[in-house]
Order: sequence, then C-alpha cells, then structure tokens
Amino acid sequence: MGKTLAEKVWDAHIVRKGEGEGANAQPDLLFIDLHLVHEVTSPQAFEGLRLAGRKLRRVDLTIATEDHNTPTLDIDKPIADLTSRTQIETLRANCKEFGVRLHSLGDKEQGIVHVVGPQLGLTQPGMTVVCGDSHTSTHGAFGALAMGIGTSEVEHVMATQTLSLKPFKTMAINVEGTLRPGVTAKDIILAVIAKIGTGGGQGYVLEYRGSAIRSLSMDARMTICNMSIEAGARAGMVAPDQTTYDYMQGRPHAPEGADWDAAVEYWNTLHTDADATFDVEVDLDADTLEPFVTWGTNPGQGVSLSAKVPSPEDFGDENAKAAAERALQYMGLEAGTPMKDIRVDTVFLGSCTNSRIEDLRIAADIIRGRAKDPNVRMLVVPGSARVRLEAEAEGLDKVFKEFGAEWRFAGCSMCLGMNPDQLEPGERCASTSNRNFEGRQGKGGRTHLVSPVVAAATAVRGTLSSPSDLESVSAGTLTGTAV
Amino acid sequence: MEAFTTHTGIGVPLRQSNVDTDQIIPAVYLKRITRTGFEDALFAAWRKDESFILNQAPFNAGSVLVAGPDFGTGSSREHAVWALKDYGFKAVLSSRFADIFRGNSGKQGLLAAQVAQDDIELIWKVLENQPGTEVKVDLVSKTVECGNVVAPFEIDDYTRWRLLEGLDDIGLTLQHEEDITAYEATRPSFKPKTLPAKVQ
Repeated sequence: MGKTLAEKVWDAHIVRKGEGEGANAQPDLLFIDLHLVHEVTSPQAFEGLRLAGRKLRRVDLTIATEDHNTPTLDIDKPIADLTSRTQIETLRANCKEFGVRLHSLGDKEQGIVHVVGPQLGLTQPGMTVVCGDSHTSTHGAFGALAMGIGTSEVEHVMATQTLSLKPFKTMAINVEGTLRPGVTAKDIILAVIAKIGTGGGQGYVLEYRGSAIRSLSMDARMTICNMSIEAGARAGMVAPDQTTYDYMQGRPHAPEGADWDAAVEYWNTLHTDADATFDVEVDLDADTLEPFVTWGTNPGQGVSLSAKVPSPEDFGDENAKAAAERALQYMGLEAGTPMKDIRVDTVFLGSCTNSRIEDLRIAADIIRGRAKDPNVRMLVVPGSARVRLEAEAEGLDKVFKEFGAEWRFAGCSMCLGMNPDQLEPGERCASTSNRNFEGRQGKGGRTHLVSPVVAAATAVRGTLSSPSDLESVSAGTLTGTAV
Repeated sequence: MEAFTTHTGIGVPLRQSNVDTDQIIPAVYLKRITRTGFEDALFAAWRKDESFILNQAPFNAGSVLVAGPDFGTGSSREHAVWALKDYGFKAVLSSRFADIFRGNSGKQGLLAAQVAQDDIELIWKVLENQPGTEVKVDLVSKTVECGNVVAPFEIDDYTRWRLLEGLDDIGLTLQHEEDITAYEATRPSFKPKTLPAKVQ
C-alpha cells in the first residue's frame, strides 16, 4: 500500500525504530533537520545543557532569532522592560557560548522565527523542522514535517539532534473549488477549525489538499499550516509543487546547481500516493466559503462574517454551551447581534499567521485611496525586518501611513503582547493573528480573528467588514484581493 | 526526573473546557529565564477573581486538578506544566489533552491522566458535594479513585514506563548515539545548513 506525504517524511527520518507494534509501540527516534530557536522557550534548555556538561550537537542545523519580546518602536534603544531585556540578553549570551547563529534585533534577517526560516530558504520540502513554539506548523506549507515542542524537547534536540516521537494518525483536509474574491487562506483555516473543533486534529498530522489549496501562494499556504495547531493537530502539511520550487529557488540557503536538481528530484516524490489512505478525511467547499471571523475565546468559535453572534442554546453539547456562555460574557457580546455590527477599537495586522509580504500587499490594496475610521487605531507589524524592507521598497509603508496606520518594526507584537503592544481591558481588536484566548493580546482584551482582507476593510468602516461592504473608490483598487 | 507511582491529594474540580495555556500561565510570566518559581503565575488572571476555585479552601491546597475536555490547548509553553507543578499539582485529569501539553507533562513528571468525560462528571459531583475529598491516582493500575467513584484512565505505555522509572529522556537517547552518527552520514548534500550563514 502507498504512503501519505507525512508518512514518507517520517520514514525518511527514522534513526531508530521503536520496538513493539500498535498502541504499545515505543516511539521512533527521528532525526531533526532544522531547529529554530527564540528567546522565550530556550533559556532553560541551554541551562540544562550547561548543567549536564553537554554540547549542542549540530549548531549547523540550528538558528536563533529574537521575536516574542522585541519592541516594534525605538528598536535602536535599550529594551525598556527589564525582564524582556534580560531574556533577550540571555539568548545572546547562550548563542555566543554554544556557537548558534543568531539574528538579533536590528539585523536585516531578524523577525518572527516562522517568517525568517522560509525567507532564508532554510525551510525545504521533506525536512523535519522543530521549534519551541506551537506555530512551527507553519513550515509544513513546504511539505516539511514541522512541529512545536516544549522546552524539555528543545533541550533534547540541542543535545541529540533527534526527538522520540510516537507515529501520528493522518487526516486529509480536502478543499475543492475556487475562492471568491475577498475570501482567503485565513478564511479556509478558520472554517476548518470551526468544523473539526479545537481538539478535532488531536493526534493527527493534517494534509491540506485539493484544487483550492493548489492554487494558493506559499504565503497563503503558510497561513493555513500555521493554524493547524489551533485545531489541536501536531502538524499540517501541503505537498510541494512548482509553486513551492518557484518560491525556494534563489533564496540564500536553497540548494544550487547539481544539488538543486537532486533536491527537486527528491521533492517530486513527496506527495501522498494514489493508493494511500488517510485515517480521516474532511471536505470543505471553497466555492461557497465566505469571509470567516471568530466571536468567542477559542479559535473554533467562528462564523461567517455575514452571520450573527450565536446563542449558547445553539450548542447541543453541555460543555460547548457553557463555553459559549462564558465566551459571550468575556467578549461583551449579545447573541443575535450581526457580526458586521460589532465595532472595534484596534486592528492588528501582523503575527506569524499573516505578516508576510503578500498579507501586507492585500491589506494595502484595500485601504489605498480610502480613509481610516477615526476611532480605530491600526498597527501594521511586518513579520521580519526583510519583509519590512521589501514593503518599503514597494511603497506599502506610505500607503499604511497615509491611511493613518502605525508602521512598526518586526516581531510577534500584539499577537501575544509580550512586548509593549497590548490591548487595554475591554478593548476590542480585529486581529490577523491566531489566538483569541482570554487575555491573549493583553489583560481583558477582546480578540476577533480575521483575515488581512477583513482587517483592512474593518479599519475603514470601524465595524467588522469585508471589502464588499466598502464604497468603491475611483481607481478600482480592489483588484488583487483574491488570493 | 522523580518517579511517579501513586499520588493521593485533594481534588480540584475545574468545570471548564478548552483551558488553554494562556489561561494556565499568561505570556507575561514567560519572560523569566528560570525553570522554577512559577507558582504565582498559575491561572494568574483567574486567581484575581475571589470566587475562582483555587482561592477557596480547601481547594487551594489541592494537588489533583480535574478539568473539562481539551485541557492545555494552544501554545507549546512548558511553563504551563512548571506552573502547575510549582503550585503543587501532581496530576491533571481530563477527557482530552492537547498533544504538546501532554508531551510536556510527561517530560516533567506531571501525570496527565485521560479519564472519560462521564467519569469526570461523577468526580466533579463528589468534589463539589464534599470539598476536600482526596483523589487517588494510581499509575500502576491506571485508575483514579474519588469517594465511591473508581475509574480507569489512559496514558500511553511509553510515558507510563518513563514516569514509573523516573527516566531522563536525553540519557535514554544518548544510549543510541552511534545510530544518530550513522544516520547523519547518510543525509543528502542538498539538505540545508545554517552555518556558514548566507543572507540576501
């Protein structure tokens, strides 16, 4: 019988097969091709190595960047928050001591770890990629098996360049059809999570398939794979194709010459075989999909933008009913309110979900020639220093600034508010990030997860909106919003 | 890691699903660079509310957390496990755990015991009707006991074995170092290296 993409990548990395069969099988020991490191989940791992007198086995397969704590203003000044500064300085000292490549604040390659890996060409098809960050699933867009790990596992990878892992089950997410204008990758993944639930992917590696996925750019595929973890999945993948190769070619760490040819020959084998079977298959119709937004406090609590805030009574399951009641209270929402009537205070365009160049282009296309709602503040935070430079070369920074948005430096920023970019209690935000948990963007803050398209239109109208709700502007600037 | 065989302690009923790791420990506490001392950070936002269960005796002395489904969703932060342990929890019971949280627990000697939701409901009732009732978690027999409720729980055999023996993962893996070296010799040359650094 044939193999799925995930199984092929898994099998190619087995250092030592676990003994036993089925549920009683011991985990396999897998080789890790790339270990991404940032300041938050690494200090205790480096300390563990030091205490045990161990070396970092493969510094040439390890790379670090500063992202979670970094300010997005005044980056040439010392970091004001002392604990943040200490954590960053600890990463710098650890990288120096162990010989790890680090892109620090101010460096042209600094940025969110999941934006930096792909843009340097370090993320490639068929690799195993890990990082002490749950959104490592992002790298699965290249047909890599990419997983978030905890700090003990970070230390384990540092010491051994391997991980002990139990095989996963496989789930196909089939998305067939053509997305309508204004509907994007973010809407696909929010709809998938609403459909299978925040625990629906638990124990599975998801493979996104179908014509709608194939037609997506790499930036859009990364958005989808990024949020696999919000469905509880350990990883999400898309099989590599010409779109992948076109993105890869010429990047600093992409293979060259004969290596490129050998790599492509191998990458062409990285697809699920016709006679392979998935443990579960889920279908989503791209043709009928609408912009999707969340109303609650977990990423599965989402509806179409044209729908209304649901009532707890809409949920059959007692736990879901109680969760909805609690979420409505926290979010300050009443059941039955049209989603489009919800007024926001802040719009955040950024995070490892939606901060790549294409996300900025899409948003800029919508706001160009339009005025921002005066009561809304908008933060635009590029995913990396490189994305920021690229955007500035295209003049996107001017579009955002003229619109009245704040043009910031790269980092995780308001996705989780470890730096000063936070919501005030009660403040409501349309956010292109990945988690609408209570207090995620700041204590008492209220988050609606949206696509960059909806974020931009919302900044214009002040209420959750799609581009179709906007009055047209003279130059027909809405072209190019379909991704 | 300390070995885990059985534990008996006050049960804390947390009637909530989707307890994500941002609730278990808010991001602001992740700036610390130590591995201990996170007890103040556990459920920090919720503990500001006087009616929260951990603000009530005898639950504040609890060591077995009994939670709703999908416990530990979200971020990979192992700090969530450290905070639970530092507060004094030895075991968490839920009908479904997020994968990364479950993995992190196993590394740190916190028992994540998967108990059927029907049994969780029965245990909740006992703990609410008789606050301070102890829960016995027995990893040898894979059962939990609370009042007159006795229920089985699930945990994968490998994690169970490691917990029972108190084994350190890195030490186990390094026993197979020659396998790692042999694998490294077979890796194709087109696989990327981070060093020497190349940039645009």
